[in-house]
Amino acid sequence: MLVRDLIEKHGFIKISGSDQEREILNVYSCDLLSWVMAKGKHDTAWITVQTHSNILAVASLLDFSCIIIPEGISVEKETVNKADEQDVVLLTTPLEAYEIFKILYEEGVK
Amino acid sequence: MNTYEKDQKNVALKLHYDIANDDFSRAGEASSKIKKMLKQLAIDANIVRRVAIATYEAEINLVIHSNGGNIEVFIKSDCIEIYVEDCGPGIENIDLAMTKGFSTATNVAREMGFGAGMGLPNMEKMSDAFIIESELGAGTNIKMIVRYET
Repeated sequence: MLVRDLIEKHGFIKISGSDQEREILNVYSCDLLSWVMAKGKHDTAWITVQTHSNILAVASLLDFSCIIIPEGISVEKETVNKADEQDVVLLTTPLEAYEIFKILYEEGVK
Repeated sequence: MNTYEKDQKNVALKLHYDIANDDFSRAGEASSKIKKMLKQLAIDANIVRRVAIATYEAEINLVIHSNGGNIEVFIKSDCIEIYVEDCGPGIENIDLAMTKGFSTATNVAREMGFGAGMGLPNMEKMSDAFIIESELGAGTNIKMIVRYET
């Protein structure tokens, strides 16, 4: 599936970045950055409740497709601005991680 | 190779980045620049990824734990060498520091998702050779080699 599908079909809100055509091949959820660094694969949709700007370095170093901030958590303006500079796609949704997993699974990320 | 020593021979390109301690807002910038440079040089994606992870963890360690330091990257024809040096405070027990899950990070750093105790183990895992030397009160030196072919 594409990042665009999360936005258009499932109501995720894009708050930064531009590349909506990016494919999502993997999904991962974790809030410990070193853990994500060790386990994260390329083209991943990464679900995290961390909203400070260091999540951007992790996503861009590992070539993630997007970062998903769940449960309606708001993101600092500084993070959004930096994400735009680095062209990292940040999505927000009121859904919890498990609901997000279900959507990605049903869309073919298996 | 058992002791920390910079090998200046046959360096095609040298990168140097100073890392300030406690500057969380800029943490990750040096490793992002290193990654961008390696990609421009058309170095294999898997090698770029390993160097990116190793330098990111080194950079975060300098920000969280050190009194400031620097990262140098030597790009050579057969490998990439990464040198990390800081001006203290030094590591009391290296075996303990190398243990997955052990961390001395502050609560503030932990709340940000750092301090999982995975930094040094991740760096070692990404490297074909890994040397760490540390002296309390003096500082820590780390050398990592990522070879193009293993």
